[in-house]
Amino acid sequence: MRHWTTLRIGPVGFRIGSDWRAPIALLDDLYAGYPRPAMPDVTVRLPATASWRRVIRPSVAIEGDYMLPDAAPLPLRHALLAAEMGMNLQVALGHRRHLLLHASAVERDGRAIVMTGESGAGKSTLATILGARGWRFMGDEFVLLDPVAGTVHAFPRLVSLKNAAIDEVARRMPGARFGPLLEGTPKGAIRHLVPDARAVAAMDEPAVPALLLFPRFGAAAAVREVPAGEAFVRLTQASTNYTALGEAGFAALTRFVDDVPRAAIDYPDTDAAIDAVEALWRAL
Amino acid sequence: VTAAGTLARLLADPASGTALDVDGWAAAITVARAEQLIGSLAYRLAGVAVPAAVAAILSDARAGAVEARRAALWEAEMARRVLAPLGVPVVLLKGTAFLAAGLSAGVGRMVGDLDILVLRDALDRVERALLTAGWEWAKADAYDQGYYRRWMHELPPLLHRDRDRMIDVHHTILPPTARITPDAAALVAQAHALGNGLLVPSPEDMVIHAALHLLADGDLAGGLRNLWDIDRLLRVFGEGDFWQRLAARAGLHGAGVPVARAVRLSAAVFDTPVPPEGARLRGGDRLFRRRLLARDGWGREVRPLTRFAFYVRSHWIRMPPVLLARHLAVKTVRAAGGGDGSGGTRR
Repeated sequence: MRHWTTLRIGPVGFRIGSDWRAPIALLDDLYAGYPRPAMPDVTVRLPATASWRRVIRPSVAIEGDYMLPDAAPLPLRHALLAAEMGMNLQVALGHRRHLLLHASAVERDGRAIVMTGESGAGKSTLATILGARGWRFMGDEFVLLDPVAGTVHAFPRLVSLKNAAIDEVARRMPGARFGPLLEGTPKGAIRHLVPDARAVAAMDEPAVPALLLFPRFGAAAAVREVPAGEAFVRLTQASTNYTALGEAGFAALTRFVDDVPRAAIDYPDTDAAIDAVEALWRAL
Repeated sequence: VTAAGTLARLLADPASGTALDVDGWAAAITVARAEQLIGSLAYRLAGVAVPAAVAAILSDARAGAVEARRAALWEAEMARRVLAPLGVPVVLLKGTAFLAAGLSAGVGRMVGDLDILVLRDALDRVERALLTAGWEWAKADAYDQGYYRRWMHELPPLLHRDRDRMIDVHHTILPPTARITPDAAALVAQAHALGNGLLVPSPEDMVIHAALHLLADGDLAGGLRNLWDIDRLLRVFGEGDFWQRLAARAGLHGAGVPVARAVRLSAAVFDTPVPPEGARLRGGDRLFRRRLLARDGWGREVRPLTRFAFYVRSHWIRMPPVLLARHLAVKTVRAAGGGDGSGGTRR
């Protein structure tokens, strides 16, 4: 490809190529603090959907080692989102070294809180804000569960903040570094936040999972314990490679839900959620 | 040399990897994934000294292949349990057959769909049994259903509603409209029993089917994997009077030309040991090799004119011109009108 770069997030080395300079330059800028991999594990391609679409109404296809047949292209001004989607897709479909959980995580004293939920549950926002309150940010998209050691590994990619979360996080973290505001994407407004230097410096340090949370934004404050069976089923649905790992995935996940305390938290606003999470943590 | 050419060298001669730098390895691994050969490559390079980062990727690929093999054989077992009461011969084809027969062609092989062959007169019973056991039509569209039933060598694809795995039920190994008409009944009659009630094609028929699948049934997209199957099969089977039996059997199926070409291409691309008279590339063979190796180090297809020529050829060899024109017209009208949203046909 005409323009390309490499970067490593946690255990995954990426090679990302594009027909345009701009998206690669933007990735190099935002991921400047990240190491380069000795060897890329996966390849992402961001080519023009047709040769003339390099220039006229430029349109970025999302391709790579692993592809979805119906991945819709994005306009060039959303190329950073295309890169994010392409990178996520390679991990979701290609990564086999760990059981992937669609979750965010933060760490303190070598122990981690894993937060999972559907899009809009608030897992990105909570992990980001906890990261500004003394926790180490481990990631907002994938938590990588080691099937042998039972530890969780960080994947601190750029945080993808959406819609109301953009201002919420900007207000609380005035010193943080953000990417360009992408308006009118298929997911609404998106702005990427660069994880702090500590999150990147410590990204190769795994943590022992200590608390599994199912946050849910938009309901009256409530906390309930989640039975292991329910957590297991919800996590099989939140894992993109549970089936592909076969028995190893089953063993890793049963051990995880058996060993780790589990709670669902409903919350009306971010402060209530932070209070609930930190109260649960103190009670451990 | 394209990156696909580098991959072919690596498969044929793993020691050639010592000449690769990090970028060369990245390209080879990307092409291997694009050509569905990463598992085969990973096993081929097991025990060969490679950089640590490459070794980690290959180790993951082998672990993935172990699970893929388990899933593919389980799918065959699921079909066996449903079809056994019918008492009709069921022949496994392609990847699942290689795995079930324990052939080296199955080592690291990706298997997507379960392909089986049954006799034409058992097709209705097999279809009903599968539909009552959880398989559902992947294409319910009336044109596709009618098209498959009238013109294709297989039922429209069926998807299992719980396991989300596809089964292709063949009644012969090429579309009835194709220039070549293999003898499916002979294939079933000569098939070898596995011991669990399922069958796999005889060695000669396995090679012939692989050759037809590569050269007489498509535009050669992903064909490098099919050629690798052929190399692995010929290396195991190619002794004694196998070559005479293969030629005679290919004659029976009307497949002498594609089988001979597949043997020549396998020898040229993968150094397969074949009889001297069948080893040298002829005339159009080089164009086939050019098509098979048309992928760059980013996993992108290259050589658009060559690929387009093979795309045109794929329709030409499978359909008489009038049928082809009608089929393309329907597809075009559907695509223009937004169609069924499937973005075209699988075949």
